[in-house]
Amino acid sequence: MRGIGKSFPGVRALDGVSLTLSAGEVLALVGENGAGKSTLMKILAGATPADSGTILVDGVLVRIDGPRAAEALGIGMIYQEFNLVPELGVVENIVLGNEPTRSGLLDAAAATDRARRVLEELGIDLALHTPVGRLAIAGQQMVEIAKAFTRKARIIVMDEPSAALSEREIERLFALIERLRAGGVGIIYISHRMEEIARIADRVTVLRDGRVIETRAVTAFPQDEIVQAMVGRRLDAHFPELPPVAADAPTVLEVRGLRRQPVVGPLSFQVRAGEILGLAGLIGAGRTEILRAIAGADRAQSGEVEIDGAAVRIRRPSDAIEHGVAFITEDRKAQGLVLGMSVRENVTLAHLAHFVNRWQLVDRAAEAHATAGMIDELHIRTPGTEQLVRNLSGGNQQKVVLAKWLLGKARILLFDEPTRGIDVAAKAEIYQLMVNLVRNGAAIVMVSSELPEVLGMAHRILAIRAGRIAAEFSHNDATPAAVMAAATGAAA
Amino acid sequence: MGTLSSTRTYWLRISLAVVVFIAFVVVVNVAAHGAFLEPSNLIMVLRQITYNCILGVGQTFVIITAGIDLSVGSLASMTGVIMALFANAVHLHGIALVLATLAVGVAVGALAGYVNALPVVRLNLPPFITTIAMLQMALGLSYIFSHGQPIALRSSAFTNLGIGTLFGSVLGPLHLPSLPVPVIWMIAVLVIASVLLTKTRFGRYVFAIGGNEEAARLAGVNVIRVKTLVYVISGVCAAIVGFLYMALFSSGSPQTGTGDELLESIAAVVVGGTSLMGGRGSIIGTFFGALLIGSLYNAMNLLNIDSYLQKVVLGAVILLAVVLDELRKRYLARSA
Repeated sequence: MRGIGKSFPGVRALDGVSLTLSAGEVLALVGENGAGKSTLMKILAGATPADSGTILVDGVLVRIDGPRAAEALGIGMIYQEFNLVPELGVVENIVLGNEPTRSGLLDAAAATDRARRVLEELGIDLALHTPVGRLAIAGQQMVEIAKAFTRKARIIVMDEPSAALSEREIERLFALIERLRAGGVGIIYISHRMEEIARIADRVTVLRDGRVIETRAVTAFPQDEIVQAMVGRRLDAHFPELPPVAADAPTVLEVRGLRRQPVVGPLSFQVRAGEILGLAGLIGAGRTEILRAIAGADRAQSGEVEIDGAAVRIRRPSDAIEHGVAFITEDRKAQGLVLGMSVRENVTLAHLAHFVNRWQLVDRAAEAHATAGMIDELHIRTPGTEQLVRNLSGGNQQKVVLAKWLLGKARILLFDEPTRGIDVAAKAEIYQLMVNLVRNGAAIVMVSSELPEVLGMAHRILAIRAGRIAAEFSHNDATPAAVMAAATGAAA
Repeated sequence: MGTLSSTRTYWLRISLAVVVFIAFVVVVNVAAHGAFLEPSNLIMVLRQITYNCILGVGQTFVIITAGIDLSVGSLASMTGVIMALFANAVHLHGIALVLATLAVGVAVGALAGYVNALPVVRLNLPPFITTIAMLQMALGLSYIFSHGQPIALRSSAFTNLGIGTLFGSVLGPLHLPSLPVPVIWMIAVLVIASVLLTKTRFGRYVFAIGGNEEAARLAGVNVIRVKTLVYVISGVCAAIVGFLYMALFSSGSPQTGTGDELLESIAAVVVGGTSLMGGRGSIIGTFFGALLIGSLYNAMNLLNIDSYLQKVVLGAVILLAVVLDELRKRYLARSA
C-alpha cells in the first residue's frame, strides 16, 4: 500500500500511509484507538474506498472497489465480529458463497471433503457439522481463518484476534499462524498486546494520527519504544486549567468491589467533590461497562456503591437519576437522544415529572422556558426549542444530551467519550463546562479513548486493563507513555 | 417556529390523511351529485367507522412504541361474548347493569392486553407473534364460551347504546340528523386518547420509547411499565368495541370483530400518518385515516361500484397513502 489517504467529514483518518508485506511474514500493526488501523484495513478489504494512494499486489497495481475484488486478489479479513452464519455447520460456513455443485444441486459430499482437507492442512480439529454458533469464540475464529484459506487467501488480516481468547486458545492460534506463514501467507496482525507482538511478529508498523510513525524489525524495536511511538509527542489541545480539589473535599462517590462479568472487576475507587477522575484504557478494557454498572444501565453482579457516604442500591437508571447520578453515554445517537423529538422533548425527558401541572398534564410552556434557559447556558446553536434534534450538528446534539442531565442538578456525572465526533470549538466548550461543574462541587468520572483528553482533563487517572485498575496516576505525574504502557500491559 | 420554511411545509407536516381526505371529498361529492355531503350520509359514515376507529386508537399507542397488536379483532369478539354472558347472568337492571357489564368487559380487555405485553416486555419477543397467539386464543375462547352461537341479551338496557341517537331535539330544528350514540363514544375515546398521548408524561414516554427505547430507558423511563400500558390500552379499546357491537346487535357473537376490523384498523393508523417504525403518530391522524377508509367505502357504494372492486380500490389507496407519506418524509428530510 502506497500513500493511502482517507478523510471523513472533519477528520483526516489516513494521511499518506504506506506499508509492505512479504509472503510468509507477520507484520504487527499497532496504534492507539483512532490511529487509523481499522480504516486502513477496511480499505485493503474493499469495505471502504481510499481517497488517494495505490495498492500493489505481487507488484501489480490493483483496484479494490469492493469486498469481492479483495477476495479475488487473495485478501482475507478476520474481523473481531465474525462473518459466519451461526445456524450453519462448520462445512457450510467454510464453503459459503462458493459451494460445490453437481448438476445445479449442492454437492454435500464434495463440500465436506473440501472442508476436511483445509482443516487438516491447517491442523484444526473441529466437528465438521456442528453449527458454528455453538462453537467457542476460538473455534469460530478457526472457521473464519479456514474460510479465508479455502479462498486462496495469501494476505490475511487479523484484527485483535487474541482479544477474546484464553491462553491455551492463543497458543493454538499462534500454531495456526505459524502454519499459514510456512505456507507463504502474509499476515497483518493487529494487536495491542506487546508480549504477543514480540512472539509472533517479524516487523512492527506503528500508526499514529493516520500516519506511519515507524516500521522496524521486531527484534530491533523494544516495547517501550513501540509505546512511545504510539503515543508520540503531540500538540496539546487547549484544555482549561483544572481547579484544584480542596484538601477537605468530601468523597461523593465510592465504588467498592464492583464486578460485572465477564468484563469488569472487581475494582474499587472513589471520587471527591470537585474532582475529575479519568479512566484511560483501550477499547474493550471495560471502561464503559464500569460506568454502565454505576448508572444502573446494566446490573452489577456484586459490589457496593456509596454516595455521600451512604450505601445506595442502583438497579435501574431511574435509581441513579434519583441519587443525582447522570450518565452521558458514548453513543449519543443510539443511547443519548431521541432524534425524531424536539430539543425541548429531549432536554426534559429524564425529569418530566418536574414539568406537570396539578392535573398531571405536561406543561409545555414551563418545558420551553427551562429548555430555552439551557440553550442559553450551554450555547446550543438551534433555531429554537422545537427544532428536531436530528437536524443539529454533533456538537450541539452532545450539548442537548448534557442539558438533559444538567436540568436535574446531577452532582455525579459519568461522561463516556464526552467529545467523540464533535468539532474543536464544541470540545473546548464542553471542557469548560466540565470545569464549571467541578468548581460547583460536582464529581466527574470521565472515560475517554483520547489520551490527551484524559491527561489534560482529569485530576486523577486510572489506567484500566481487562476490567481492573492497572495503575493510578495523578494529573502531574501522568505521561502518555506511562499510561499507555499500563493500559497495554507493556513492560515499560 | 413561524419562519417562512415552516409555514411552507405546514401542510406537509400535518397528517397527510387530512389533505388526501379533503381532495377526495370534493371529487366524490361532485361525482355523486352532492349525495356524499348530505348530513345524513356523513353521519352514517361516522357511525360506520366508529368500531375500526376505536380499535385504531388503541392500536396507535402500540404502533408508536414500534409494536403491533394483532389480537384486537378477536378480543372485541371475546369480550362481547363474555359481557353478554355476564349481563344475562347477573340480577342487575338499567344503568347498573350497563356499567357493571362494561366494567367486566374492560377488565377482561385490560387483562388480555397485559398478557399480550408480558412476553414482549420481559423476554423481548416480537409482538407480531405474541399477539397472533392471543388472536387465536381469544377467538377459540369466544367460540367455547358461546358454543358457537350468538348470545342474545335478555335485557333491553343496552339497546339505546347500540342504535340510539342523541341531541335530536337540538339538531332536528336545524335540519341536522341527531348523533348516534356509538359516535359519541368514539368522540369520547378520541378526546381522552388524544389528551393521554399529547398532554401526559405517559404519552411523551410512548413517543420516546418508539423513537429510541435505549435512550428512554437510560433517561429513567420505566420502559416495561409504559410498554405494558400501551397493550392494556389497546385491549381496553377492543373491549369498548366489543361492548358497542354487543349493544348494536343485542347479542354477544363470536363472529363479530373477526372480519376486516383488524386489518382496516391498522390501515387507519398507518394511513393516518403513524409510523410502523415507531416514534411518530397521532390520534387525530388515526381518526382521519379511519374516516378516509370509511368514506371511500361509502362513496363507492354511492357510485355503485362493485363490492369486489371496492377491495381493490381500498388496497390501492392504502398503498398510495403510505407511499405518499414516505415521499413526504423524504422531501422534508431534504428541505430540513
